[in-house]
Amino acid sequence: MSLSTPTHGGMPGGILQRLMRTPGLRRLRGSRALLVGLLLLAAVVAVALSAGLLYPGDPRDMAGPAGTWPGIDARFPLGTDMLGRDMAAAMAHSAGTSLTVGIAAATLALLVGIAAGVLAGYFGGAVDDVLMRISELFQTMPSLLFTIILVVILGPTTASISFAIGITAWPQIARLVRAEAVRVRRLDYVDAAVTLGMGHGRIVLLHVLPNSLAPVVVAASILVAQAILSDASLSFLGLGDPNGMSWGSMVGAGRPMLRTAWYMTALPGGAIFLTVMGFMLIGNGLNDLLNPRTPVR
Amino acid sequence: MSALLEVEDLRVRYATRRGSLMAVDGVSFSLHAGRTLGLVGESGCGKSSLGKAIMRIVDPHSGAIRLDGVDIGRLSGRHLRPHRRRFQMVFQDPAASLDPRQRIRRALEEPLAVHGRGDRSERRDRVREVMAQVGLHPEMADRLPHEFSGGQRQRIAIARALMLEPSLIVCDEPVSALDVSLQAQILNLLADLQASRGIAYLFISHDLSVVQHLADRIAVMYLGQIVEIADRAALWRSPAHPYTQALIAAVPRMAPERRGLDRTRLLPGDLPAPQDPPPGCRFAGRCPFATRLCREQAPRLAEIAPGHAVACHLHTAPDAAPGGAAAPSLPHFLQKDTVQ
Repeated sequence: MSLSTPTHGGMPGGILQRLMRTPGLRRLRGSRALLVGLLLLAAVVAVALSAGLLYPGDPRDMAGPAGTWPGIDARFPLGTDMLGRDMAAAMAHSAGTSLTVGIAAATLALLVGIAAGVLAGYFGGAVDDVLMRISELFQTMPSLLFTIILVVILGPTTASISFAIGITAWPQIARLVRAEAVRVRRLDYVDAAVTLGMGHGRIVLLHVLPNSLAPVVVAASILVAQAILSDASLSFLGLGDPNGMSWGSMVGAGRPMLRTAWYMTALPGGAIFLTVMGFMLIGNGLNDLLNPRTPVR
Repeated sequence: MSALLEVEDLRVRYATRRGSLMAVDGVSFSLHAGRTLGLVGESGCGKSSLGKAIMRIVDPHSGAIRLDGVDIGRLSGRHLRPHRRRFQMVFQDPAASLDPRQRIRRALEEPLAVHGRGDRSERRDRVREVMAQVGLHPEMADRLPHEFSGGQRQRIAIARALMLEPSLIVCDEPVSALDVSLQAQILNLLADLQASRGIAYLFISHDLSVVQHLADRIAVMYLGQIVEIADRAALWRSPAHPYTQALIAAVPRMAPERRGLDRTRLLPGDLPAPQDPPPGCRFAGRCPFATRLCREQAPRLAEIAPGHAVACHLHTAPDAAPGGAAAPSLPHFLQKDTVQ
């Protein structure tokens, strides 16, 4: 089956199966957004994984003269900051933090959101009302403000920041999954499962859940991008983990030097931009790939 | 002989935004083991709701559904589950009734797993056996539903209904999503299965000519109620209710002198709103013979010949139709064998 063939009523198929059935990943090249996104992500992951090897020391140690511009000193290709710390080392070590927070927060939001959404959509009625009112409670508050409050209460560690970002992001996933579950719940194969004598648990896990996840794939990568951005905002405001480096805190720290040494903010800012764009492109690319009927943008 | 399925005064109510409506309003019938009851009526008459209530997909509002004497209408949850293997369903559109992500083997093994039947190898054998029974190559078991044609998918759906060896299968328009050439194949398959396994069918369709192939008895539904029920031959030969007569007149026939449909026999109008059914006979608004009695008082289903019951004042009210079943008061164009 060619991926460009419109499928029955938006029938979701396994993404991996679809990708693997594609000869030579032709479709992948067809979606330039996905390819560029994956390359960006691969670069960030590579930097994050090799940070310890390339820069074995503590990136917070003073390494050379303060305020060296990039390209002046061969030892510091990206220069040094106002305390003489190696910008390249700090940037590399920060990549891991950003990815960890982004993925951990997105995972939490996905788990809570998918569970709430599928239960609300399948059972409807009172379950739906309660779960959706709770999700509205989260959605009516500005999520960054809510995240800040949680981080202040829980203390700034990587785990608590991930938790705070994830727990404020789940309602959007829940709504997405709920809409799909409501659609799937009305299909004949769910009625067929009822007539076979399957209980609610089995029907939800075996039929409703797998058939409600198609839109989540796209949303998940955008969620990671949002989480990374939220983490950067928190760190910029000085609410990040004080024991770790992050791009957000580097931007925050470089802010006073913006007029004299703009590279101190521009470099980590650019890293955030590229990483977030990478995930966004993956999301858009997957959307093109999985919903071939969407008109070309 | 007591019936396999006895439905008594069954009502199904839906709450809608425009108020609650009785989709099935006091339906009673019985079905013997190994026989077929055809249930016909136009869209929205409640025939699918009746099927779904019997399958316990929707909950009945009141009334009884007795399967071998057990009222499955009152059981729920885990008390109902062990009975479920005795009555299964084939849905209208096999593209919708099969999970698109589930391989055929999984779909067919699922009922066995739910009811804890057999071990792995026994289930595999049973899948092969039933696939062969419905005319599918057992080698196809590892494919996904979209890799099959519509007719093959309906065979898979039938196979799934057969897995637990039920005594009753509710077929809800099982061939109306298929090409005409495939309809006959599926109907023949159902007939063969009935002959070899003694399964009873409740065969729901909007198409009298399809029901005609399979049914021993036919019930005609109009707006939530059965208006006529009779043996197939009797219903076809001497339809008593004006609605049944109109349905039969609308069946296209191969006859050179009568090409196309006779427009004069087509019913005017649509079903009345089910939220607010008319007080008298529900068909009165579209019936060419409606009297004041029809508009004021609802007729009850009454036997006019052995095994032939009709709900129509023309046949039961003494002053309305003195001839009874023969109904001489009907104009000639509604008598079936008239050629114009």
